[in-house]
Amino acid sequence: MEICRRKSAIEISELDPFLAELLRQIPASANPDGAPAAEQRLFSPPTNGKDTELCAEWKMYVEPELRRLFQSATETVADDLEQLNGDEKTFANRTLRIPAKHSDAWLSALNQARLAIAAKNNFTENELNDHFRSPIGSRRDLSLFQVNFYGFLQEFILREQED
Amino acid sequence: MNCGPRRDGGCLAQIQEIEGITHISNEKAGTITTAEPTIEKETRSEEELDLPWQVVVHNDPVNLMSYVTMVFQRVFGYPRERAERHMLEVHRNGRSILWSGMRERAELYVQQLHGYLLLATLEKPG
Repeated sequence: MEICRRKSAIEISELDPFLAELLRQIPASANPDGAPAAEQRLFSPPTNGKDTELCAEWKMYVEPELRRLFQSATETVADDLEQLNGDEKTFANRTLRIPAKHSDAWLSALNQARLAIAAKNNFTENELNDHFRSPIGSRRDLSLFQVNFYGFLQEFILREQED
Repeated sequence: MNCGPRRDGGCLAQIQEIEGITHISNEKAGTITTAEPTIEKETRSEEELDLPWQVVVHNDPVNLMSYVTMVFQRVFGYPRERAERHMLEVHRNGRSILWSGMRERAELYVQQLHGYLLLATLEKPG
């Protein structure tokens, strides 16, 4: 896989089918539905629990806005990911171009996915800092690799935004 | 942010009503009359009485340090050095107070931070 800046886009080329599939899974991974731990992490309370009135208002008025914000980001990413569903042969390497104007949507969707996966798997800090674990082993190892791969992409996008 | 009707109209600016004194002085006649007593009325908003609320960001092992720094710069307009200082405080101490002030603005900051998926809470010291 190669990643570089080309004009007003970030280009990820030489994407093998495995990494392309991980990218395709961003929107689904970001969805906390049916996973209370992920739901709780993505929609955390605004206080340390003492102000129940504010928490109730937050749930009623703020959470729907946050849901819309998060959904809008994952939809943008899902549209960009359509590029990976071309007519090429199944095992051919692919190229993905992320327009610079979609950078914020990608940062949000990648973050949603990382947080949701980490919450679903209840990863420890030590596990999250283990960047060399092979994705081949268990479903848990694969999820950890996914979190780290998405983190790598986030770092790259952030660096590109700074320049 | 719309947090419901409870605080609607709660952002009243400080209202200070001072009714002036009217002195009527007549030295030749040897009399001094004070027309009205001084009434000084001061109304402070709920937020001002509540000052200060704190916006606290808590550590989580998933968010990237560079991402958290970027969020602090964007949300609070802090220069990079200050944003990094807060990020490191969160990382080392588990929490950092990013801002303190009026409740309504603090709520808005917390909402923005949640929009970036940071663990942020609104707290009152004490």
